[in-house]
Amino acid sequence: MDKTTPAVALRGITKTFGPVVANDHVDLDIRRGEILALLGENGSGKTTLMNMLSGIYYPDEGQIFIDGEEVSIRSPKDAFDHKIGMIHQHFKLVDVLTATENIILGLEKRGRLDLKAAARRIREICDAYGFVIDPDQKIYEMSVSQKQTVEIVKVLYRGADILILDEPTAVLTPQETDRLFAVLRSMREDGKAIVIITHKMHEVLDLSDRVAVLRKGQYIGEMATKDTNAQEMTDMMVGRSVSLNIRRPDPVDPKPRIVVEGLTVRSPEGVLKLEDVSFEIRSGEILGIAGISGSGQKELLEAIAGLQRVESGDIWYVEDDGTKDRLIGKDPLEIQKLGVALSFVPEDRLGMGLVANMDLSDNMMLRSFREGHSVFTDRKHPHDLAEKVVDELEVNTPGVSTMVRRLSGGNVQKVLVGREISSAPKVLLTAYAVRGLDINSSYTIYDLLNRQKEAGVAVVYVGEDLDVLLELADRIVVLCGGRVSGTVDGRTADKNEVGLMMTRLGGGKELA
Amino acid sequence: MHNNPKEPLIHMTRRGALPWYRAWGIRLLAIAAALLVCALITTITTGLNPLAVYATMFSGAFGTARRTWILGQDVAILLCISLALTPAFRMHFWNLGGEGQILMGALATASCMILFGETLPGPLLILASIVTALAAGAVWALIPALCKAKWNTNETLFTLMMNYVATQLVAYFVIVWEVPKGSGKIGIINQSTEAGWLPVLAGNRYLLNILVVAFLTVAMYVYLTYSKHGYEISVVGESEATARYVGIKVPKTIIRTLLLSGAICGLTGFLLVAGTNHTLTTTLAGGQGFTAVMVAWLAKFNPLHMVISSFLLVFLSRGAGEISTIYGLNQSYGDILTGIILFFIIGSEFFISYRLHFRRPHRKDAAQGSAPEQKSAPEQTGTQEQGGKSEKGEVTADV
Repeated sequence: MDKTTPAVALRGITKTFGPVVANDHVDLDIRRGEILALLGENGSGKTTLMNMLSGIYYPDEGQIFIDGEEVSIRSPKDAFDHKIGMIHQHFKLVDVLTATENIILGLEKRGRLDLKAAARRIREICDAYGFVIDPDQKIYEMSVSQKQTVEIVKVLYRGADILILDEPTAVLTPQETDRLFAVLRSMREDGKAIVIITHKMHEVLDLSDRVAVLRKGQYIGEMATKDTNAQEMTDMMVGRSVSLNIRRPDPVDPKPRIVVEGLTVRSPEGVLKLEDVSFEIRSGEILGIAGISGSGQKELLEAIAGLQRVESGDIWYVEDDGTKDRLIGKDPLEIQKLGVALSFVPEDRLGMGLVANMDLSDNMMLRSFREGHSVFTDRKHPHDLAEKVVDELEVNTPGVSTMVRRLSGGNVQKVLVGREISSAPKVLLTAYAVRGLDINSSYTIYDLLNRQKEAGVAVVYVGEDLDVLLELADRIVVLCGGRVSGTVDGRTADKNEVGLMMTRLGGGKELA
Repeated sequence: MHNNPKEPLIHMTRRGALPWYRAWGIRLLAIAAALLVCALITTITTGLNPLAVYATMFSGAFGTARRTWILGQDVAILLCISLALTPAFRMHFWNLGGEGQILMGALATASCMILFGETLPGPLLILASIVTALAAGAVWALIPALCKAKWNTNETLFTLMMNYVATQLVAYFVIVWEVPKGSGKIGIINQSTEAGWLPVLAGNRYLLNILVVAFLTVAMYVYLTYSKHGYEISVVGESEATARYVGIKVPKTIIRTLLLSGAICGLTGFLLVAGTNHTLTTTLAGGQGFTAVMVAWLAKFNPLHMVISSFLLVFLSRGAGEISTIYGLNQSYGDILTGIILFFIIGSEFFISYRLHFRRPHRKDAAQGSAPEQKSAPEQTGTQEQGGKSEKGEVTADV
């Protein structure tokens, strides 16, 4: 294949959704034997652009050239005919089918369905690139990382040599990320063209050869990765200079605020989710909670917030004067009535924290709508609060009467966090507060949490990015399989040590 | 490889929110198109002048003062049932038990009129009828609501089944109270004394029903839009997890809302028996418990818009009835016309949410901009980054 002709060349691609211009005359080249990182803030049009390559959207304007030839990609099938495969952020797999069945699903071949032959080819692909999956395993039995592997094998099976990965590492542990990157590198050696969308700067620097930046739907520029750095790329994405240091002010007069004692939680199916977990959350401090996803973080926060049935153990809320209130067995309303000022930013923002089909103003009411004796709701204050949050947190929205589901991920999170801190909480629980957020929004959130901490709030930060946890948190509780593996000081802890504690109870002991 | 790349003939994109006048413009166009198609079919199949047919339809609905009043009464009853279903629907509780709940309200009213017609004074009898009718309707909705709240049973099936039970109960009591014996009918209840009959306002027996429903429409709109209960209903409907997260008691909301829904159905039964029919039959509700589902959906659960959608449905059915009588056509003919019109109206919603792009004959310039889109409330600020719900509508095929 001619090295100088790009595998894919986009010229003047424009796509609008109603009055919103998602892509505005974007030009982009994707080359073989190269990993291209596509950067941009939330809502800058990266995914839209790639969706047009994979046949999900059709551009309003512009041309697509594959190996120098103009093509028209009208459906995902067309995309496969042009050997383009996309691994979406949200997996598109049928849970009750096996890996093999998912991979061959939709492939129209004449003659009998030969699952055995298909499985054999899947094994060949796995061997060639070092994937580890069982073709006969059902999807619902797989981990997130295994599901992602199935998605990748699916596009390879269809002969894709132009691969697009949309935030593939958002759901992976550091170890899984390393494995994925090794595979991507070996594909690059194989001469495939790879596009990766990610918000994590160190991954861009680590993996990619070239970087292209989009901002507000427009193509800003591209450069060789080796000639740039995180600061420059961030500034290009945001359009102004952004500080990349996370502040860590010293804790202000830390006092126990919430005491968790011997907490044990089982899922409705009887699976042990938390076992004998004890720790304390202190005012004026950010407590980080680290752990592989699914190690009990969700259950822990929900138990404190009164949303989780607890099997045994106790959770106490300690007031300034030392009196203790038991939180176990109370629902969120009872906890609120107790005078416990507790705010909770849940992991599932649109499924739990907010109502997607209501506007900003109505979402602000969720916590406060009961106030007052009138049978009618007070609409004025939530409306004002919504405007204040939009204003102070720079939420990108057409107005406060826009439905929340129309906002991008970062803006949704700002609305949620803005509401939760507006009630002047004493305790602020956050679960994956920056998941899926671009770098600028992430730093806004870190800053918000720090300001809460400085105001004396006890902040809990459940995170997945160890680098951030180690920069932001004062203390870190490490969970492993539902148990506390250890508590470390955020200022002195070592990343590898914490990483080991996440996978083995107590960390390195077994290694020694 | 496609050597000659072609644009798809048609591709569709989601629109921004349209201003109300454009949305209604599209709906009116749809009705006009529907009338055109109906005219065509009328001429081809029957050879009649379509304009005359439409005139007949109109006179069937509005021809005389009496017809207009009946139209008003029919709209009122259908609207009343739709109002009853709406709070449940807003909570995504699919109450298909309108028929049964109406029948129970009617049964309660009839039993009061029959059993206490001679003992209780007039106003007290009416009061007793109202209270028992509301309670009977509410209980009929409460049973599926309790099971839904406790065990998360399927409310659609449950409420549907409750309809049959109600029908059988009414059938039983019709035999118990039949007049004269052996006729299998109750006949007009208290025909001589008119005990328990609703008073005739300003010389018109339909006026009171219409007024009651008009008041109820406004009240329901205010309740759903501005009250704390209304807000809780919307939150529970959209996401139970969010409701629990903010401390809304989901079972309590379900039960409270269904009591309201059932009670208003019961009220409809009361209005039908004490207000208009003065008798009880198993076909009293006449399938309107189901028609009301369509009324509510067409109006997107907005009580004020339901006035229009219920009027439309009643107008069509009365007009269609008149055509069949006047031209000696089968009743199905009217149904066909109604079906065509509804098809166009429901179909028009697609054109309100989506815009179609057609391939330009000269594709060299590759420009696509068809009819210029005016600026309006922006719809999507980067949902594409989220790949969330709103995207699913368009991502039709993956493999």
